[in-house]
Amino acid sequence: METLYKELKQYFDVDEFSVQKASLAFLRVPKSQLVSLLTHMKDIRGYTHLVMVTCVDYLEQDSFLLTYLLHNYSTHCDLGIQVSISRQNPVMDGIHHLWEQGRVYQRELFEMFGIDFPGSPDVHEPMILEGWQGPPPMRRDFDTKAYSEATYSHRPRDHREPEEYMKQQLYPED
Amino acid sequence: MSDIEIKDNPDIKSELQTPPEPGYSEWRKDENTLYNDGLPEEEKDWFCDARPQKARKSVQVIENFLNWARSQSLWILAFGTGCGAIELRPLVTSRYDISRLGMQPRPTPRQANLIMIGGYVSIKTLKRIVRSYEQMQGPKFVVAVCSCAINGGMYWDSYNTVKRIDEYIPVDVYVTGCMPRPEAVLAGFNKLKELIKAGKAEGQNLYIERFDWYKENQKKVIKDWNMPDYNW
Amino acid sequence: MNLAYKIFWAFISLGVVTVWGLTLNGIVHKIFARVQGRLGPPVWQPFLDIIKNNSIRTAISHGVMFYLGPVFRIAGGIGTYMFIPVLFGSVYFSNFSMSGDVLLVMYFIFFGQLGMALGAGEGGHPYSAIAVSRGLAQMTAFEVPFALSVISLALQYKTLSITEIVAAQQGSFLNWTLFTNPLAVIAAMIAMLGMNMYNPFSLVIAPQEIPIGPPTEYQASFLGLLATNRGIFGGAKLVLFMNLYFGGATNLVELIVKTFWIYMLSVFVGAAYPRFRTEDSIRFFLKYPTALGIISVLLFSL
Repeated sequence: METLYKELKQYFDVDEFSVQKASLAFLRVPKSQLVSLLTHMKDIRGYTHLVMVTCVDYLEQDSFLLTYLLHNYSTHCDLGIQVSISRQNPVMDGIHHLWEQGRVYQRELFEMFGIDFPGSPDVHEPMILEGWQGPPPMRRDFDTKAYSEATYSHRPRDHREPEEYMKQQLYPED
Repeated sequence: MSDIEIKDNPDIKSELQTPPEPGYSEWRKDENTLYNDGLPEEEKDWFCDARPQKARKSVQVIENFLNWARSQSLWILAFGTGCGAIELRPLVTSRYDISRLGMQPRPTPRQANLIMIGGYVSIKTLKRIVRSYEQMQGPKFVVAVCSCAINGGMYWDSYNTVKRIDEYIPVDVYVTGCMPRPEAVLAGFNKLKELIKAGKAEGQNLYIERFDWYKENQKKVIKDWNMPDYNW
Repeated sequence: MNLAYKIFWAFISLGVVTVWGLTLNGIVHKIFARVQGRLGPPVWQPFLDIIKNNSIRTAISHGVMFYLGPVFRIAGGIGTYMFIPVLFGSVYFSNFSMSGDVLLVMYFIFFGQLGMALGAGEGGHPYSAIAVSRGLAQMTAFEVPFALSVISLALQYKTLSITEIVAAQQGSFLNWTLFTNPLAVIAAMIAMLGMNMYNPFSLVIAPQEIPIGPPTEYQASFLGLLATNRGIFGGAKLVLFMNLYFGGATNLVELIVKTFWIYMLSVFVGAAYPRFRTEDSIRFFLKYPTALGIISVLLFSL
């Protein structure tokens, strides 16, 4: 994978290369060069399979870190390409013209994190959270426990000890 | 003089006082009609907007016989709402065999009597469960398996699942577990059969008695209500 | 015997065939279950299902035609049964058979399904409409070999009355139509597989593909009526086939044994084969069974 990194360094501004194991490596690229790097990897380097698109919320650094994980069928290697975008205005270019499944990932990221992908088909349609009116729920500043306690009523806790309760039920004469 | 008397005596209502608020929320037009506001205008004619009425029971002797017959031939709605639905599948195979109890899975809610709520219920699923439950013909029964239906279970702090399913539809029998074993689900069905034979499983009439409470709970969490208010 | 007495005995025999048809259904489910290595439902389960369906307290109707769908179907079932003499030579069980009743019985077989089609279409469910179109297409296809075989019988025995056809088969069992006109019997037996809607022709009521087929929107008492009709109509068809092709019956025990084994034929075939698509089944019916029917008609008209 190091040779791949050295070759890519000639064309793109890639940095922060880290190797997890022999077949898995990550590198970071600026936002403006992402689509051209992905096209390069898909068409020329043989990384034709998009495994997934995920996102990590770095609240302290005020950014989202998107990871595009690609797989190469001939060398059986995975390469994760990471992009850091701003948290205040999260907009990203879509990759749905390269891989059809990118539409689904982009819809999910919009619903869960609020990252907009202009031009992606149906990205504003609700996929899982129908009728959701709150903030995007996967962000770190959304307190899911407080929301759940405010919206749904909970069953009062049963303070019986299970062992004593079952003993009473099964052997009442003791 | 008479005015002062009436004002001092709080038990006598004067016609000068304004009548009390009817207490209708905006989804009920009057006692027997519903607004069906969630539907677009051109579709409102296609759906019935009457409020459901309680079903009458017959004479006690006949009702005992009919309850026995109902308990011997329960038809389950084949709608797997959550992960607990996988526990229905071994029951249909040869080892546990619920067909000897007369139960068979039916694909349409019109012909089913029993709906099995398998586990967690997200808001998206709750809308479909309400729709299917209201289309079933009574007397209808609900069995809720897994601990997620009891108190939220593994998803106790989730933003998208309901914690108590019996605020939305009436439940007859709960079966604990995560998931319960097929023998436990069979024991739950047997308990339901005993309840039916004793005449205590009247979920349909309970739903209609407390219809306003159930409907307001449902509308509070299901925010995109694009179906009729009662799915006949 | 006077008319009132005859009507009374006709109702008795209707009750007998309902009970026998539903029990036969229960026995077949039990046999299927035992073959699959499990205890099955009890033999009287169809009766419990009918009682439960009639005890449902609410029912949704979609209009007058929706009501009339099951009524047409059960009228077809009762009409089919009423004109077939059940036991040959018996005063009590010979219903209202008269001359020319084979054609009337064939009309009633078709009539029930048509009424059901109108009722299921009124229900408004798209799946019932799909199933109804498939069912009617398949029915049109299997009527062809069945009609040809009945024509061949009429040419052979020179009569259209079922009582006389049964009378001509008495004597030894070599007088059965099975041995004197085997081609017609084979064509009609294949048509019977289509009528009973077992595999390979069970796409119309395939329960997991399109929920249940034509009775999708039917519930409560409507479904009870349809289930009762399944007993009556099934029994009537079996008695008809027994009378036409297998020598008729002179007492109830012989009736039970013969109809059981005729039904078992479609059960055996149904257990062994997968399903045809509708166009495949239409093509099948219009090929070999029709050819057999035509050959048997030609044999007896020359």
